[in-house]
Amino acid sequence: MLNAIIQVGLFTLIVTVVSVPLGLYMARVFRREPTFLDVVLRPLERLVYRVCGVHENTEQDWIEYTIAMLLFSAVGMLLLYVLERLQFYLPLNPQGFGAVAPDLAFNTAASFTTNTNWQAYAGESTMSYFTQMAGLAFHNFVSAAAGIAVAIAVIRGFVRRSAKTIGNFWVDLTRATLWVLLPISIVLTLVLVWQGVPDNFNTYTHVKTLEGAEQVIAQGPVASQESIKELGTNGGGFFNANSAHPYENPTPLSNLIEMVAIFAIGAALTHTFGAMAGDRRQGWALFAAMALLFLMGAAIAIRAEQRGNPQFTRLGIDQHASATQSGGNMEGKEVRFGIVNSALWATVTTDTSCGAVNAMHDSFTPLGGLVPLVNMQIGEIIFGGVGSGLYGMLVMAVLSVFIAGLMVGRTPEYLGKKIEGREMKLAMLFILIFPAVILVPAGIAMVTKAGLAGISNPGPHGFSQVLYAYTEASANNGSAFAGLNANTPFYNVTLAFVMLFGRFLMKVPVLALAGSLVAKKSIPPSAGTFPTNGLIFVLLLVGVIIIVAALTFFPADALGPIVEHLALATGRLY
Amino acid sequence: MRIGIAVRMTLVLTLLTGIVYPIAMVATAHLLFPRQADGSLVERNGEVVGSSLIGQNFTSPRYFHGRPSAAGDKGYDATNSGGSNLAPTNKALIDAVKARVRALRESDPALNHDPIPVDLVTTSGSGLDPAITPAAAAVQVPRVARARGLSEATVRALVAAHTSGRTLGLLGEPAVNVLELNLALDALSSPAQTAAR
Repeated sequence: MLNAIIQVGLFTLIVTVVSVPLGLYMARVFRREPTFLDVVLRPLERLVYRVCGVHENTEQDWIEYTIAMLLFSAVGMLLLYVLERLQFYLPLNPQGFGAVAPDLAFNTAASFTTNTNWQAYAGESTMSYFTQMAGLAFHNFVSAAAGIAVAIAVIRGFVRRSAKTIGNFWVDLTRATLWVLLPISIVLTLVLVWQGVPDNFNTYTHVKTLEGAEQVIAQGPVASQESIKELGTNGGGFFNANSAHPYENPTPLSNLIEMVAIFAIGAALTHTFGAMAGDRRQGWALFAAMALLFLMGAAIAIRAEQRGNPQFTRLGIDQHASATQSGGNMEGKEVRFGIVNSALWATVTTDTSCGAVNAMHDSFTPLGGLVPLVNMQIGEIIFGGVGSGLYGMLVMAVLSVFIAGLMVGRTPEYLGKKIEGREMKLAMLFILIFPAVILVPAGIAMVTKAGLAGISNPGPHGFSQVLYAYTEASANNGSAFAGLNANTPFYNVTLAFVMLFGRFLMKVPVLALAGSLVAKKSIPPSAGTFPTNGLIFVLLLVGVIIIVAALTFFPADALGPIVEHLALATGRLY
Repeated sequence: MRIGIAVRMTLVLTLLTGIVYPIAMVATAHLLFPRQADGSLVERNGEVVGSSLIGQNFTSPRYFHGRPSAAGDKGYDATNSGGSNLAPTNKALIDAVKARVRALRESDPALNHDPIPVDLVTTSGSGLDPAITPAAAAVQVPRVARARGLSEATVRALVAAHTSGRTLGLLGEPAVNVLELNLALDALSSPAQTAAR
């Protein structure tokens, strides 16, 4: 108990302390104000624009911005598909892996383009080093950069007055990559190597074990991909076991650093928002709502996993926490992380759109597994995916002021902008698309042979596996109840479309919202204005978020994890 | 025009983040931390016997055993990492754990009445977990000591020397690196073995 409080408390403190300077720095970067990295990066930035034909001083309205974002994603997705199909003919393929199958290549291309990083393949037995670097690591950077760009554009929509443009996508993309993602990744990579994450182009190592058996150990440029995988909330593991693999996450310290990296940019963007809005408390209000939801989830998950599996106790197994073991439900967990850091990571990775795992969620207790599921169903707005978390939270803030406005009978405002019919329609579109692209395909999977064939755990948990898969795909998370055999044409294709819908069908309304707001005048606050930078707003926001998610997903969750929880308690097995 | 920018931007950023960045990182990593960059490999008498970060199979009573592994068909397949992904309500999981408990008790009758530490009968997330808990090491001390003709106190001291506590007293959980412990055991036993021959 004390151990859990100390470790979660330390983590939360570090995230808070890191987020403020990083957020203010990002505000400078995207206002194109001078920073300490300009000496090196400005010449590089100018070169990029010259080569690509970008006019850095020309801004775009929301439609042009959206088209640029969509075109860039489409080209990147196509490039990744081609790289996967041709990897046999490309360099840095010491294991001689052949072409990735078309449905899997399509799924993976959609997955990495949408920042989902769902993996229907095992990295160490499928992808060449070149595909991992030029294909996958590239998308780790740019899908994150595109997310940040859209968040910044949405912030501009809220804070600019009577304007037409919301920025230049190419400039935001380039600056997010050069000023934010690349420098932090370089430092993170070296710290992770120091902790033991390999970074090489060696062929796989053959060793003779102490008992004389042969063991082949997969290698690769792991660290350079690991850093951006966490920082960009991508989550696609170099290896199949993801951050549970000792080569991706060797020590408790690497674990802490990776978790901080997952939260860092999402948390910092709240302060970027506050700084750009000219009222830092607006940013702190969003931060507080996110932190509150995060701590609730972490507490529930840690408690559920620490209680362990009642079936094990009956077999004479010791699951008590003591000075010599963490105890609890250790199936699918690593000893160096124990219960606290595994359950904490599961919460962090699904609060955001990261989806990296350091323990197998499929083997979590039903309530422990419900926390990641609900985190994603809330929309990953608890610090959230880089960029997508902030704009998702801003949509919920708009909904909250609307509800508050209904209660007192006044036109709602947020940051001095009147929230009217058009804005509410776009916000509701954003909120409704999300469950639609989860629940409809999950329902289809449950009544088709091809869908049911993928289920690996019988009973209610089987439904949880399917629900989890479509939830993570729509939410662009990429974590899994990984027993689901998803490398089939049915799942590869349906999940690919859900990922694309979940990413782009939601970005368009949110950019339209920005376009609608940016044109509005700002009205000065009056006595009837509901302040959005105080405690009451934070609590209202948290309440609205929980109610929306519960109303949408409770029936589905009741059929999966909740039934399974009751079954486990009564000793029923499947 | 727009599509031209998109294509050129994709190529430029691929070059920068997908090729220059990873190659520069591999080079810098080898300059600063060559051992870690190549996978923390462990050598004995000039031969690579494993990686201190990657667990391996141990079945002999003379060695401390690691956790059960779901990686590959035989376990600890380091080209095939992964967990069992069995649900807590899956009968297959409970049956597998039951069989592991039985096997442990049969291999060491001293364990008949003691509860078994949970990590010793459950598979890890990676299937390559290099560590066991101090509790799981403690229950194996009598067996290893007997098999090697060492005193339990000697073996226990060796376990203590290879137990890492929480980092800075705060982070993670205490753990015993199985490969390093077994290498130390071999180093301790080898003079005696030579004498016996």
